[in-house]
Amino acid sequence: MIVEAENKSQTDKANLEVFAQTLEELAATDRDVVVVTSDSRGSGKLIGFGQNFPAQTVEIGIAEQNLVGVAAGLASAGKKTFAVSPACFLTARALEQIKNDVAYSDNPVKLIGISAGVSYGALGSTHHSLHDFAVLRAINNLVIAAPADNYETIEAIRLAAKSNHPIYLRFGKKVMPKLSCDQSFEFGKGRIVREGCDIALVATGETVYPALQAAEILEQENKISAMVISMHTIKPLDYDLLESVAKKCKAMITIEEHSINGGLGEACASFLLQNNLSLPFKIMGIPDEYTVTGSQTEIFEHYGISKAGIAKEAVALLK
Amino acid sequence: MTEKELAIKSVEYRKKILKYIYAAKAGHTGGSLSCIDILNVLYNHVLHVSPQDFSSPNRDRYIQSKGHTVEALYVVLADKGFFPESDLETLCKYKSHYIGHPTKKVHGVEQNTGALGHGLSLSVGNALAAKMDARSYRVFTLLGDGELPEGSNWEAALTASHYKLDNLCAIIDHNKLQISGRTSEVCNTDPIDEKFESFGWAVKHVDGHDFKALTEAFDSIPFEKGKPSLIIAHTIKGKGISYMEDQLKWHHGVPNPEQYAQAIQELEAAIVN
Repeated sequence: MIVEAENKSQTDKANLEVFAQTLEELAATDRDVVVVTSDSRGSGKLIGFGQNFPAQTVEIGIAEQNLVGVAAGLASAGKKTFAVSPACFLTARALEQIKNDVAYSDNPVKLIGISAGVSYGALGSTHHSLHDFAVLRAINNLVIAAPADNYETIEAIRLAAKSNHPIYLRFGKKVMPKLSCDQSFEFGKGRIVREGCDIALVATGETVYPALQAAEILEQENKISAMVISMHTIKPLDYDLLESVAKKCKAMITIEEHSINGGLGEACASFLLQNNLSLPFKIMGIPDEYTVTGSQTEIFEHYGISKAGIAKEAVALLK
Repeated sequence: MTEKELAIKSVEYRKKILKYIYAAKAGHTGGSLSCIDILNVLYNHVLHVSPQDFSSPNRDRYIQSKGHTVEALYVVLADKGFFPESDLETLCKYKSHYIGHPTKKVHGVEQNTGALGHGLSLSVGNALAAKMDARSYRVFTLLGDGELPEGSNWEAALTASHYKLDNLCAIIDHNKLQISGRTSEVCNTDPIDEKFESFGWAVKHVDGHDFKALTEAFDSIPFEKGKPSLIIAHTIKGKGISYMEDQLKWHHGVPNPEQYAQAIQELEAAIVN
C-alpha cells in the first residue's frame, strides 16, 4: 500500500505556490502579465510578485466585484490579466462580473480561485467554494479547470497566459505529489494517470491523488483494476475520453472537492446518459450540507474522499 | 462642430431614436432622450475614435454603463459611420445584433453592458492599462443616477482615486427619475458631488442639455491633475418631447401613432427655431 509520504518528493509544492512562481517567470519576460488582487497577495503567495513586479500588480482591496470588473477592463486593453482571489468570494460575490464583464464580453481574464474547495478547512462554509463548478458551468464562454499536481498547474498557467478567452482555474494549499503520466497538459483533455479496466476513477484537482491511492488499495487488496483520470478541465469536458473509458470499464466513480450538485459528477452523468453509455456510476463529493468542522484532510475523510473511502465505494459499486 | 451644429445634430438624433423605438415597439425612450446631448458632444467633440481606428490601442474609450439607453448610442454610432443606419431597422428583431443593450457584436461598442454598476470598474481597468502602458487615451463612462446604489460603483470610485486615474471621466446622466419613481425617493443618493469628492474625485455640475456647458466641461478634464473627473449632467428624462419630459411612464414607453407624429412635429419645429 502506498503511504502518502512515500510518493511525495522533496520538490513537490502546493499548486498555489507553483502558480505564483510560474506567474513570476512569465512576468519577468512579459510586462503585459498583470496580477490583480483583493488583499490576497499573502494567501495567493504573491507577495514576491508584488515586490518584484510592482508595476504589474494592481491591488484592489477587499472588493471582489470591482476586482473582476477592473480585470476585465485591463484585459480588454491588452493586459494578460490574472484576477486572484479566494475562490469562495471570487465566484460568488463577483458572479455577475464574471458572467457579463468576463465571459459575455469575452475579455480574456484569467480568474484564479485560490484556497479552493475546502482548503480553508475549519474556517467554515463562508470560506469554502463548493459551488464554483456548478455556477460557472452554466455560464457560456468560460474554461473551468482544477489542476491536480504542480505540472498541471504550471502548464495551465502558461497556457492561460497565452489564451485570448476567459479561463477559471482553482487551486488548493496542500502539497501535491507529482502524478506519473507522460501525457502533456491541454485544456479539455483529461490525463490518464493510471491504467485499469474494471473501474474508472474520474477525479479532479486535489482529489486525484486520493483516487490514485485508492486504486493501489483496490489492486492489492481486492484485485480490482482501477483506471484513474485527472479530469482537470470541467468545461469543456473531455467527452471522447469519457466515452472510451465508459466502454472499457465496468463502472465509474467521479470524485471532486465540490458539492455533488452541478460539478464534475453531474457533468459526466449528463454526457453518459444522453449518449446511451450506461454503467454503474457514483458521484463522490461534498453532500448537500454545510460541512463538518475540520481541516481539509478531515473533511475529505469525513465524506469518504480518501483512499479508503474511495476504495470502499468502488468495491460496493462493482458488486 | 459649433453649438448650433451640435443642437441641430441632437434634434436629428432624437428623431432617429424615436423612429427606431417606434418601429421596434420597444426601447428606453426617456433615458435615451436625456443622455443624447451628452453622447452627441462626446462623439462629435471629445472622443478620438472612429470606425477606421476602432481597433487602435490608442483610441479613446467610451463605455456605456447605463446600457439600457442603447438606442441613443446606436443612433450616434450609425451617424459616425460605424454601421449603416438601416441596420437599426432590425432593432430588437429576431436574430438581430442590435439588441436592447450594448454588445460588442455591434461595431463601435467597447463592452457588453446592461447589468448596472459595471461600467465604472471596466473603465477603471481601461484607464489603469493606459497608465501602465504610458498611452494618452482617455476613458469615458456614462452612468445613470438610478444605478448609483450599486455598490460596485463605489468600489470602483475608490480604486479610481487610489490610482489617481485622471485619464478617467465619468458622466452621470442625472435625470432624477428611474423606473419606480423619483431617484430621490427610491434611494436618495444626494449629495452625489460630496460623496464623489470625499472619494477623491474632482466634480463639476453641468446642464446636460447645454452644449456650451458640456463642451467646456469636457474640454477642462482632468478637472484636477491626479484625480478622476466626474461630470454630473443635470438632464430631463424625455427631453425634447413635451409630453414625455420628466414623466415616469416614458422610462420605456413607446409612442402610439398619434404620439409619434406629434413628437416628430415638435422636433422638426425645434430645428426651424
